[in-house]
Amino acid sequence: MDFDVIVIGSGPGGYVTAIRASQLGLKTAIVERAELGGICLNWGCIPTKALLKSGEVYEQLSHLADYGLSAGGASFDFPKIIERSRGVAKKMEGGVAFLMKKHKIEVLFGTASLEKGAPAPKVTVALNAGGKRTITAKHVILATGARARTIPAIGLESDGERVWTYRDALVPKACPKSLIVIGSGAIGIEFASFYRALGAEVTVIEALDRILPVEDEEVSKAAHKAFEKRGLKFRVAAKVTKLSKSKTGVAVALEAGGKTETLEADVAIVAVGITGNVENMGLEALGVTVDRGHIVTDGHGKTNVAGLYAIGDIAGPPWLAHKASHEGVHCIEHIAGLKPANLTAPIPGCTYSNPQIASVGLTEAAAKAAGHEPKVGRFPFRVNGKAVAAGEIEGFVKTVFDGKTGALLGAHMIGHEVTEMIQGFAVAMTLEATEEDLMATVFAHPTMSEAMHESVLDAYGRALHI
Amino acid sequence: MSIEILMPALSPTMEEGTLAKWHVKAGDTVKAGDVIAEIETDKATMEVEAVDEGVVEALLVDAGTENVKVNAVIARLAGEGEVASFETPAAPAPQDDGQGSPKTIRQPEEAAPAAVSKAAPPALPAPAPKLNGASGERVFASPLARRLAQAAGIDLKSIAGSGPHGRVIKADVDAARGKAPSFAKASEDKPASAPTRQHQSLEQQGIPAGSYDLIPLDGMRKTIARRMTDSFRDVPHFPLTIDLEIDGLLAARAKINAMLEKDGVKVSVNDLVIKAVAVALKRVPEANSSYTPEGIALHHHADIAMAVSIDGGLITPIIRAAETKGLAQIATETKDLAARARDKKLKPEEFQGGTFSVSNMGMMGIKSFASIINEPQACILSVGAGEQRPVVKNGALAIATVMSVTLTCDHRAVDGAIGGRFLSVFKALIEDPLTMIV
Ligand SMILES: Cc1cc2nc3c(=O)[nH]c(=O)nc-3n(C[C@H](O)[C@H](O)[C@H](O)COP(=O)(O)OP(=O)(O)OC[C@H]3O[C@@H](n4cnc5c(N)ncnc54)[C@H](O)[C@@H]3O)c2cc1C
Repeated sequence: MDFDVIVIGSGPGGYVTAIRASQLGLKTAIVERAELGGICLNWGCIPTKALLKSGEVYEQLSHLADYGLSAGGASFDFPKIIERSRGVAKKMEGGVAFLMKKHKIEVLFGTASLEKGAPAPKVTVALNAGGKRTITAKHVILATGARARTIPAIGLESDGERVWTYRDALVPKACPKSLIVIGSGAIGIEFASFYRALGAEVTVIEALDRILPVEDEEVSKAAHKAFEKRGLKFRVAAKVTKLSKSKTGVAVALEAGGKTETLEADVAIVAVGITGNVENMGLEALGVTVDRGHIVTDGHGKTNVAGLYAIGDIAGPPWLAHKASHEGVHCIEHIAGLKPANLTAPIPGCTYSNPQIASVGLTEAAAKAAGHEPKVGRFPFRVNGKAVAAGEIEGFVKTVFDGKTGALLGAHMIGHEVTEMIQGFAVAMTLEATEEDLMATVFAHPTMSEAMHESVLDAYGRALHI
Repeated sequence: MSIEILMPALSPTMEEGTLAKWHVKAGDTVKAGDVIAEIETDKATMEVEAVDEGVVEALLVDAGTENVKVNAVIARLAGEGEVASFETPAAPAPQDDGQGSPKTIRQPEEAAPAAVSKAAPPALPAPAPKLNGASGERVFASPLARRLAQAAGIDLKSIAGSGPHGRVIKADVDAARGKAPSFAKASEDKPASAPTRQHQSLEQQGIPAGSYDLIPLDGMRKTIARRMTDSFRDVPHFPLTIDLEIDGLLAARAKINAMLEKDGVKVSVNDLVIKAVAVALKRVPEANSSYTPEGIALHHHADIAMAVSIDGGLITPIIRAAETKGLAQIATETKDLAARARDKKLKPEEFQGGTFSVSNMGMMGIKSFASIINEPQACILSVGAGEQRPVVKNGALAIATVMSVTLTCDHRAVDGAIGGRFLSVFKALIEDPLTMIV
């Protein structure tokens, strides 16, 4: 037995699992075929946030007068924006390399595949540097993540030129003048927000009847309005039937309300979800249960094959970095015989557009569907002192309580930097706070977080500033 | 004024023992809680603690002396000022303890409780009581759990918490609500047991008020009452008894202890039992199980809960993954866990979530007994006293040291054949202890 644990994939699921394994005294190896840090650090969470920051600062420049400021000739250097984003990713990747070394985790660069073995499958690594190495361990954890879902039959597939997935959209040669984004989940909305900030004409197409369909309906509506105000265009309840390319651009045929229509643009971004990296690893031969591109696991990340576990994007939604890490830590602590906290902790979700959107727990509709009689509170930033002072009055905080028990079921926000505020409600939900505890908590003044407090008060008819 | 320290009785039947080790020497100042000596019997090593301050005047028995009679003077302490005394044999010892006032079980706080509990062997099956519930202590519970429990009229102290550090969370209250009795808010002090039985007062049953003292029910007592009632009523249980010859085991133990002496580790028969149970569970995993409505859970590890009697009740600290641990480690852990159990210093995760229980009443001379299932574990092993008995060997009468053990099984998960298989594997391990290590 070469190791106690082999982790395959070094995204936020894999590398965090490896660190925790090492902390628990397990001899650990990690296999990565590309960059340390996975999609999140290299092609996802982090580089997109770098781009969005550039877009946000640029947008701010056109509002300088609101703050009594002026500066002449705002402009941007697109390749520099991309370069900065790549630099940030590179830096984070270096950080993971350091962490692996610090925790004495052996890193193997290469593509892993599995074979039958006991007590866990054997891992063969086709090394990037050439050659093969077979290693064994008591436990093997798959954290191979996911990639953009494509639908080649109707042309929704990257060509690297005119049709992009997120990978292409992170490193284009030039900023498109016009852009169609297919899919209005977090990834689609973030790219739409970024390219719009740089002045592109952007249209977002969504098959469901509202954008950001996983968010609370009121938030979806407010986001729709806020984005439209910034010049984004939307087609909701619209089904893309065909994407075709020309020399100069793309044409997207869609069906909406019984009518067909064709939209044209320089470039299209395909953001219609993701699919797990389950192929070419020998999973079929091992008999691993895979359901619609994702590995099926029990409450502790265990697959149906002895000694084999799966965590993160490959183990199903929500496809979020912190969910991947949380699952990984739970899985390895369970393997080590600890009694880790439940996997059922509420997982916040954020969209880093302008304005930002953040939520945790049940939407109002979901709470009703689950049989609760919700008590709902809302509070707009428009009357929050800090928001007014900062000139960031867009958006609101909405809270959903169980009317019977006072349990906080969910919280939904849209506005400036709300992604930094949602953790307050995540902590409250994890600790099973009731409205009473949240009311009794003192919020610093002046902060935008005071709107969280007010929203709680409002749910019980006690809001003070409205 | 000097005070005599007497050889304590570790059980009512103990007449003599070995003074294994002194932890103090003449001239040392000791304070309450300091360990002053270790006393050994055939089953266990116990620590003797000081209960007050003073200076050791003289040690009258050398370390390592065997057959020291109970109540023999083993040391003298120079009292500082008025009082300086060490713990001496307490309530259960029939003899006068030399300190005057007779002690009764009704006065636990006066009855040198530490000594009582130190001397008491692991006894009844433990209900994994919540430390939370110990009287007067803060109950850790989420705000939502508090509110739900209050609404349902459930005493939080009666709920075992599954959250971090044993915190009671919503899921625990929901579970308790599904199962446990919810007694009316006004009667917080009523026992949580026997919810379906109409409670008749003692008076109604012909025992006049004033003819007895009433010890109030603390959280631990309520938990024991509830869990034992639920288990005995709801789990279809049956006992299986088998006799084990342990002369070989005792010889092996002596050898092992001689080897470990330099490390300061002493292995008791109970440690060997735990080890053998763990190995046997590895071989008969069906006995390491829990019945659930979804299916029978076969636990990956032998997390062995050992019953330890403590002040006001008992508790089951757990040797986790005992099948992966060597004897020396098991011995070190059991000693540490038992000591901290008696001091009520266990963390909830140290006594919640075992997969198999062992209860040992051998030290009290109990020949054999059948414990009540410690839910959700499917089995509990009750260990009796090792004693010389006549046995028939090759058609002739012979003498052997024999110990009877009884396995109580939850028939929903463990049938007679599984229990029997476990016991025969266990017997083979105990009777030929070398096989435990291969
Ligand atoms: C554009 C974009 C923006 C995003 N923004 C956010 C955000 O803001 N917040 C958020 O929480 N989430 C965000 N996500 C999602 C987030 O990136 C993923 O949820 C997260 O990366 C999943 O982590 P993981 O460890 O499961 O897998 P990944 O990060 O996908 O890592 C898997 C790794 O495994 C490697 N691998 C795969 N197969 C093999 C093999 N056979 N052998 C060896 N190595 C292999 C891959 O090379 C990869 O490095 C974003 C995603 C995208 C695409």
